[in-house]
Amino acid sequence: MSLGKIKFDKKIVLSFWIILIALIIAAPTLLPVFRLNLLGRYLSLSIVALGVDLIWGYTGLLSLGQGIFFALGGYCAAMYLQITSSSEFPNNIPEFFALYGVEKLPFFWEPFRSPVFTFFAIWIIPASVAGLIGFLVFRNRIKGVYFSILTQASLLVFFNFFNGQQKLINGTNGLKTDVTQLFGQMVGSESMQRIFFWITAVLVIAAWFFAKWVVKGRFGNILIGIRDDEPRVRFTGYNPVIFKTIIFSIAGGLAGISGALYTVQSGIVSPQFMTVPFSIEMVIWVAVGGRGTLLGAILGAVFINYAKSLVSEALPASWMFIQGGLFILVVTALPEGVLGWIQGDGPRNLLQRFGLKRKIETYPSLEVNNKEGNNE
Amino acid sequence: MELLLDSLFNGVAIGSVLLVAALGLAIVFGLMGVINLAHGELMMLGAYTTYVTQLIFKLPILKPFYNSYIIVSIFLAFIVSGVVGILLEKTIIRKLYGSPLETLLATWGVSLILQQFVRSVPLAYGTGLIISLLIGLFLPTTFPSKIKESINFKYFKFSSWIFSALAGVLTGSVISSSVSKLSRASARNVDVTAPSWMRGQVEIIGTAFPKTRLMIIVITLISVIAITLFLNQSAWGMRIRAVTQNRQMSDCLGISTEKVDIITFGIGSGLAGVAGVAVSLLGSVGPNVGGNYIVGCFMVVVLGGVGNLLGTVLASFGIGIMTDLIGAGRLLSIWPDMPLPLSNTINFFATTSMARVMIFALIVIFLQFKPTGLFPQKGRMVEN
Repeated sequence: MSLGKIKFDKKIVLSFWIILIALIIAAPTLLPVFRLNLLGRYLSLSIVALGVDLIWGYTGLLSLGQGIFFALGGYCAAMYLQITSSSEFPNNIPEFFALYGVEKLPFFWEPFRSPVFTFFAIWIIPASVAGLIGFLVFRNRIKGVYFSILTQASLLVFFNFFNGQQKLINGTNGLKTDVTQLFGQMVGSESMQRIFFWITAVLVIAAWFFAKWVVKGRFGNILIGIRDDEPRVRFTGYNPVIFKTIIFSIAGGLAGISGALYTVQSGIVSPQFMTVPFSIEMVIWVAVGGRGTLLGAILGAVFINYAKSLVSEALPASWMFIQGGLFILVVTALPEGVLGWIQGDGPRNLLQRFGLKRKIETYPSLEVNNKEGNNE
Repeated sequence: MELLLDSLFNGVAIGSVLLVAALGLAIVFGLMGVINLAHGELMMLGAYTTYVTQLIFKLPILKPFYNSYIIVSIFLAFIVSGVVGILLEKTIIRKLYGSPLETLLATWGVSLILQQFVRSVPLAYGTGLIISLLIGLFLPTTFPSKIKESINFKYFKFSSWIFSALAGVLTGSVISSSVSKLSRASARNVDVTAPSWMRGQVEIIGTAFPKTRLMIIVITLISVIAITLFLNQSAWGMRIRAVTQNRQMSDCLGISTEKVDIITFGIGSGLAGVAGVAVSLLGSVGPNVGGNYIVGCFMVVVLGGVGNLLGTVLASFGIGIMTDLIGAGRLLSIWPDMPLPLSNTINFFATTSMARVMIFALIVIFLQFKPTGLFPQKGRMVEN
């Protein structure tokens, strides 16, 4: 990863924030509802991408199972909405239960009658599931590709489980949220969607600052240490298992929040959120945006999804080719992602290649460090 | 007793499909450390090869030999998937040795492209493309060494590629004009019908056994024996093992590691093609057929221990038998009057998808105790 980050002027940073906040406030009036809803969904996906960046970009754990936590958050939110708006259905339970002859709410859904519990469940449940899976895997020093394969297998376990359980969670049909009520308003309605967009935008920024806080300081240094040389971290006296478990469960919690936001904006949560391709897509958002750069994860998630919807509208068949090509291209030609390339030596090398910039005689890092030394 | 035998047969049948699918992966992942997520798609190519072969054998010239098309398609599938695998190795995977996570992502990209390829390109021209790849990759190696060493070799290579492209276009158009089913692209699933001698059932010790299942077991058995003999008896097998154990040392001793990589990956991919033939006998063939097997294959390889064929064999039969035991709720029929909570649990898992849940959960638990699988590799090299 690059050490020499571009330093911006304070005024530029301030004006960037003002423009960003103005755009977020204005977006619901500027964009048609359909596009606004799409943008909101993609913003919520950027939260899960942040989580992937934390575990993959900073800690070097490639999880192919983030869909589990994403869907768990979504299911928590959707079940709460279904339960609260089920007063006109028989037995005061969501409508779909009647189809399978279930008369009583399954016991584990009982606490979801409370909004406070749901609010916490949305991120605590995925985070603790992630922590448990992570602990069991990391404890045995399973790492690298084995970790990836195991997370993918766990994803399939959850997918098959959720797909097969009609009586508990409506199986493959999933839970619909767009016709449910929240605070007396229809969740799928335009005004509600606008509010969700704002909530999502605020939460994306909050998650970004949270992630920045996590990777800053000694904790972040240990994460990067684990990524670059785990045995050395262990020999220095740290226990990597704890740090890996913590960061994996943080990523799980972020995925849960993201899933809940995505669910209320797309109107349904189903086992489709736990399919293998979707979880791998999350990785590619981060890879394209730039792993190890938090902003890259957010931008990657939003832009790739936006491109996906635009391309799929125009030429449905070609998206798979483009996506496949992206995977290959990013890995072989642009391993640090777009933002990593810009922040690193990418532009300088490009200019040098065309003779527009003087070649550096020594290593770039040496030159940068010397400059800093002279200034002091 | 009869029940146990029944369960054993079913388990072996399920396990042999898993084994033949995982065999190629065990080679590629176990010997080279390459995570090939496109393995499922190479299987899919093998399955489509069976379909194409079947249709071509329906042509009047080849009609008398129709019954043997399945045997021919095994070899063709091996070649088709092997060629695609070699191309993959030469273009992408070679750049990514030593970084398995990157390989994983890149091969996933390849798998997406292959899936969309069979959806949007007519199979006839797909066949043409494969044939041109085959000629283009192998024609230059048959040139006499005098030409190979000359400076003008690249022109010879270039002209052989032009020749192969022409040959590919020619075969493509010949096939598409003679077999109408192959001339249009379609995303729909296709069906492979087994030849008449493979339909029906055989009775073995009182149990009826579908012949197609038996055929799959035979294919698996032959592949396992062939690959074991190849790895342990042939010169190239020895070189492959040498490179697996110590790449630098083998390089120093004059083994062309580049060639070894190509051959290993080609054979692994070719075995995926053979698995595709087996899979095509089980159900309809579609672009997504490989995706159903890929995770299961990885679980087999991880469970068996990387770089160990015996482990792969045992793991796949173990998983097969367990799947049958759990999925069909057989424990209940062996022990009918078990306590209620236990029998409820068994009933809960007695469906195909829930059996999968149980199996994967069991594997994850097993790996808690033996993180490196049944037969772990030993020694200092393992950590790297």
